[in-house]
Amino acid sequence: MKRFPGSAQAAVGGVSLTIAEGEFFALLGPSGCGKTTLLRMLAGFETPDEGRILIDGADMTGVPPYDRPVNMMFQSYALFPHMSVAENVGFGLKQEKLPRSEIAARVAAMLDLVKLTRHAGRRPAQLSGGERQRVALARALVKEPKLLLLDEPLAALDRKLREETRFELVRIQQRVGITFLVVTHDQEEALSMAQRVAVMNEGLIAQLGSPREVYEHPQSRFVAEFIGGVNLFAGCVVGHDGRMLTVSCAEAEAMFAVEYAERLATGAEVTLALRPEKLEVSPQPRPELPNRLSGMVRAVAFRGEASSCEVELPGGKMLRITFPNAARAVSGLKAGDAVWLGFAAGASVVLPS
Amino acid sequence: MSPRAASAWRRWAVLALPYAWLALFFLVPFAIVFKISLAEQAIGIPPYTPLLALDQSGWHIQATASNYAFLLSDSLYAKAYLNALKFTAIATAICLLIGYPMAYAIARAPDAWRTRLLLLVILPFWTSFLIRVYAWIGLLKGNGFINNALLELGLIHEPLALINNAFSVQIGLVYSYLPYMILPLYASLEKLDWTLLEAASDLGARPLRAFLSVTLPLSLPGIAAGALLVFIPMVGEFVIPDLLGGPGTLMIGKVLWDEFFTNHDWPVAASVAVALLALLIWPMGKIRHLLVKGAA
Repeated sequence: MKRFPGSAQAAVGGVSLTIAEGEFFALLGPSGCGKTTLLRMLAGFETPDEGRILIDGADMTGVPPYDRPVNMMFQSYALFPHMSVAENVGFGLKQEKLPRSEIAARVAAMLDLVKLTRHAGRRPAQLSGGERQRVALARALVKEPKLLLLDEPLAALDRKLREETRFELVRIQQRVGITFLVVTHDQEEALSMAQRVAVMNEGLIAQLGSPREVYEHPQSRFVAEFIGGVNLFAGCVVGHDGRMLTVSCAEAEAMFAVEYAERLATGAEVTLALRPEKLEVSPQPRPELPNRLSGMVRAVAFRGEASSCEVELPGGKMLRITFPNAARAVSGLKAGDAVWLGFAAGASVVLPS
Repeated sequence: MSPRAASAWRRWAVLALPYAWLALFFLVPFAIVFKISLAEQAIGIPPYTPLLALDQSGWHIQATASNYAFLLSDSLYAKAYLNALKFTAIATAICLLIGYPMAYAIARAPDAWRTRLLLLVILPFWTSFLIRVYAWIGLLKGNGFINNALLELGLIHEPLALINNAFSVQIGLVYSYLPYMILPLYASLEKLDWTLLEAASDLGARPLRAFLSVTLPLSLPGIAAGALLVFIPMVGEFVIPDLLGGPGTLMIGKVLWDEFFTNHDWPVAASVAVALLALLIWPMGKIRHLLVKGAA
């Protein structure tokens, strides 16, 4: 178990979280939300004003970076330009004063893991961006830290490489079994790699949960909007029976029936959050969906495996909808078409306004 | 002219200008000095024999290596060379030891402070070099500021010999050349990526280890540039040993001056200058090699 109860300066407020051993954990948030400060406190580059950092039960709060069982992969990679790939990877082991033969063996094994054996003698300047990223990873992993910190590990890579590397990171993490803590502002990155995600905002953890939880059940407007696209309806509770909520929404000129287990007072203001893929588009209204809206297609963007479109409601509100292109019935959609939108009672999330 | 040819011509012109400048103001004077070093002293204006002479048999070249032979025969010259190299090597090392921490501190200072601190380094240049060296006489002499202050405080009972010795020459050299060491060091430390030090620390290197294995090797080009900038002019330094030195602090620049102005022996003075240059080419080449390697 690793426990990080912490409470530092304004950059990071009352953050208290526990990361399990061997977990792939992501800190997700917009720039300036305090995630990097939190990471740097874990590495030992910043000292918390209040609170403690425990790793494996040992208090790390005042321990300098060079004595922590923590290694970091820097966003800029911070590879030593005057050392070869092998020297970079071996640097940390050299500090531990290990025998030469052991260093060589561990460096070789690590270079093999990140598929860089051929480039062992090269300088960082002679490598591509993806290769440099792998050197940085190998250099941080070779010391077998109890916790590996990755600061925006994929930010410097181009899109295609980023997608491949996401799987690669997960594969390596599973293989070495080291706890990974990734800091990222890219929600796709966090959702696809991590077992658990902490969404941060203004120095606090806005929500903590599995990628599916934070995506499907955001607990606040911030989380709903930050993760993925979302359509928000401001509304007012007009009825509830403990299982279903009836919400009147002036913007959409409609009443929605949504699932909601808790009781809410009639007249309470709520926000309905609806993911773009949860809205179904059809040329005719679909009676099996309890909530139906008519609208006009304003724009369609074809994105390969899926398309997204903007639909304008009669009141002027714009909604974003995505649908897989497997659904041929709507694949011929174009701007100006009149369409029907529908969503199931369980498709939306009710947020307190 | 095609645009391509025009641009090639312009590029050539841009390159040619500094080379022409160097040729005109370095190579030509050097050729003249070299020519004089091959002549013999003569009474007249100029006080040396011409390179080309006309007699009954026609034009012939009068060149002699006797001045160089003379430099080797009189141990004064070798001593003055070695002395100059010794003083310069020590002063360069001291400049580096003082200058490196200063440059490091300036490079790591907050942005707002950096310009001010750099300005302070350059500030002495606003006063004449000569006046600043004279000021040291006032500070160091027998009844100068430092001795008087120490006597006043009762720390000493008779004035210390602070001037006209190796100590005062060393002080003068270090004081005068320190900025030339700090500026290139600052330039190389300022562009150092400090996250590299964080990375070293993260990987288990204590501060000293991180400095030795990351900061120092990466600032080697700055060290080489600073050492070069300080060493070369210092070897030929004449003013400082003349004003602050004494009988035991003979440096080759002073010898050169005396040959030229006191003895009016232009050919020997010229050969001293040429020999000095020849002796400096090797260390310069070595340091340049370091610079190039560091940059790669």
